Amino acid sequence: MTMAKIKAHGFHQVVLPLSVLLILILINLIKGADYFSISIINGALYGNIPNILFGASELVILSIGMTLVTSSSGGQDISVGVAATITSSVFVRLVLNAGQITWMTILLAFLASCAIGILIGAFNGTLVAIFNVQPMVATLILYTAGRSIAFLIDGKLSPILANNFTNQIGSVIPGIPIQTPIILTFVFIVLFVIFLKTTNLKLYSETVGINPKAARLNGIDPVRIKLLTYMILGICTAAAGFIAVTKAGRHDSVNLLKYSEMDAILAVAIGGNALSGGKFSISGSIIGAYTIEVLNRTLLRLEVDPETIKAFKAAFIIILIVISSSVVREFLAKGTKWVRARIGGAEQIQAAGEADAAVISNSDISEKK
Amino acid sequence: MNMNQRNEKISNSDLLFAIAAIIFMLMYGFAILYYPHSFLQFQTFFDLFSLNAPLIILTLGLSIVMIGGGIDISVGAVTGLVTMCCAVFLESGRGSVGGSMLLALAIGLAFGLLQGFLIAYLEIQPFIITLAGMYLANGLLTTIHKDPLNVRMPDFVHLRDFEIVIPWLGNSNRLGNFIPLAIKPGAVVALVLIILLAILMHWSRFGRNLYAVGGNNQSAVMLGINVKRTKFYSYVLCGLLSGIAGFVFLMTTGAGNVGNASGFEMKAIAGSIIGGMMLSGGVGNLIGSPIGALTLLTINELIRAAGVNSNFQSIASGILLCIFIVLQNVVLWLRAKSSFKLALPSWLMPSKKTGRA
Repeated sequence: MTMAKIKAHGFHQVVLPLSVLLILILINLIKGADYFSISIINGALYGNIPNILFGASELVILSIGMTLVTSSSGGQDISVGVAATITSSVFVRLVLNAGQITWMTILLAFLASCAIGILIGAFNGTLVAIFNVQPMVATLILYTAGRSIAFLIDGKLSPILANNFTNQIGSVIPGIPIQTPIILTFVFIVLFVIFLKTTNLKLYSETVGINPKAARLNGIDPVRIKLLTYMILGICTAAAGFIAVTKAGRHDSVNLLKYSEMDAILAVAIGGNALSGGKFSISGSIIGAYTIEVLNRTLLRLEVDPETIKAFKAAFIIILIVISSSVVREFLAKGTKWVRARIGGAEQIQAAGEADAAVISNSDISEKK
Repeated sequence: MNMNQRNEKISNSDLLFAIAAIIFMLMYGFAILYYPHSFLQFQTFFDLFSLNAPLIILTLGLSIVMIGGGIDISVGAVTGLVTMCCAVFLESGRGSVGGSMLLALAIGLAFGLLQGFLIAYLEIQPFIITLAGMYLANGLLTTIHKDPLNVRMPDFVHLRDFEIVIPWLGNSNRLGNFIPLAIKPGAVVALVLIILLAILMHWSRFGRNLYAVGGNNQSAVMLGINVKRTKFYSYVLCGLLSGIAGFVFLMTTGAGNVGNASGFEMKAIAGSIIGGMMLSGGVGNLIGSPIGALTLLTINELIRAAGVNSNFQSIASGILLCIFIVLQNVVLWLRAKSSFKLALPSWLMPSKKTGRA
């Protein structure tokens, strides 16, 4: 398990989600060669690819935050959907109570919802970092209670957000051919990547995730880093809730982003990141999130019964995870070595055997640590 | 030797269990004080068991897995799947009550075997595999039968309406009629399972092995315990219990429904944590888990009796969970701090008064 935290890095990590994505696209192309067709309706691009980008916007943002939290605390935050519901209920409340709605109102309401997101992140982060609670247990609290809190903030069932600005944010701004959520997601990803590149967060977060005690001895405060990652996840949930509520046009506290936490954790896992913490790759998680969306839509396009979609998705995920598990990979590696030796001949067997013995003994020693 | 036995501290598991039991009794006492009319009756207490027997059985299964250091979030979905499958089987005309019981066990066992193999032998993260298991069970459930299915087979209806009546523990209702205490068979199943599993975890080799595996995987390997097999068995047991819980659910409600037992896994996790299990594993007394589930249910009953908006039920559950989690972790942290001792050579140790040469 320790090797998994340190190993997968760089391009190798992205191979898994990319190959899955390619397989899915191939399946789609086989089904119908017009998969990549794009049409312009009402001045906006529509088609399979834009629809996928549109549909996966919130999932991508949540996966980015979840990756950071997984890497630094070694556990998952199952309250992201609920936190998004709470922050978006604050947003809707502020917008509906404002007298005149302008861009400034929307912006200020969004900033307020971000502040609430940071507060929620601080709550979860305090439990995880200071009280040493397992992340899944700590976030179970909000998971249980959060939607009721959102309902209380709403004041009534499903308040409707029906003004010009949020409609445009939810679908298309006239004059720009790409739907707004896609642009917002793109801007978010760019800002996040710039943030990661210009600060030390990636290094510190990985260090804290791999070995908190060693991080502390090196002068990195694990409490502070974990708290920071949870607060960043809070901002991500605020952004995701904002996009979801403007897309839907109303705030449904029961069903908003209902199973998104599971999808986000899946995206992180498909992206090749270790769920027990350590090194992470944001690009892997982003590709993983889009892969899940492509998987959902592929199943719909293959005219699978809507009732059976979940079962197919589950089978797909199990096969994927099994193939990418370390035990199966070792088994396959030993198998190909055996095959190569049988084909190659005696000298190759001996040379390969010595080299592999050295590699295996090294990896065994570091595995047992 | 006698002095050592007297000074031996209470174990972490028992301490957490004691906290859970005390809080449950306090809460029930509070309920009795404030609503004596409803809570003082035995019927209320046994109703908690009868109506929520599936949840209690699921909490037991989940606690076993949590003691081994894993997690199983597919239990609710598997329970729902079992109810629908048994309902379809019973209504198909070729069904029998015994056959449906076997079917329930078989489905639970299948899920337990699959997930246990993938988690224990292929060493995949339990969260992902059981999440996929949950999706699979949900998908199979909607595939098999989408609409609610009421089971009208006479044998089954007879079983469903069967009640164990204890005449002397009854109470008189407002009209003055005496109603004897009625316990549904589901409650009996739950009670029997609690006793059996508590014996299993405390006094069998498998139980002791599971505590060791949950506490520290590597140390268990060095002790010679077959870690993979132990974990595998814990998941199989959890699957079996989900199957039993599904049949009990069907027995209680009498109909198969798509939304059956959805969300039960989170309630079961909350109940386990309140009952003293820790997600990191190796800690927890199994009798604590039904107590944790009952505490959660008592809170819900209290809120309903108080006539408060039902939205506050989940908020109150969340607050209770929060208090428990913080309390548990603080208590364990304090204990760990005081028992930390430096390994110093004897001439550097603080002077001891008793028996050193």
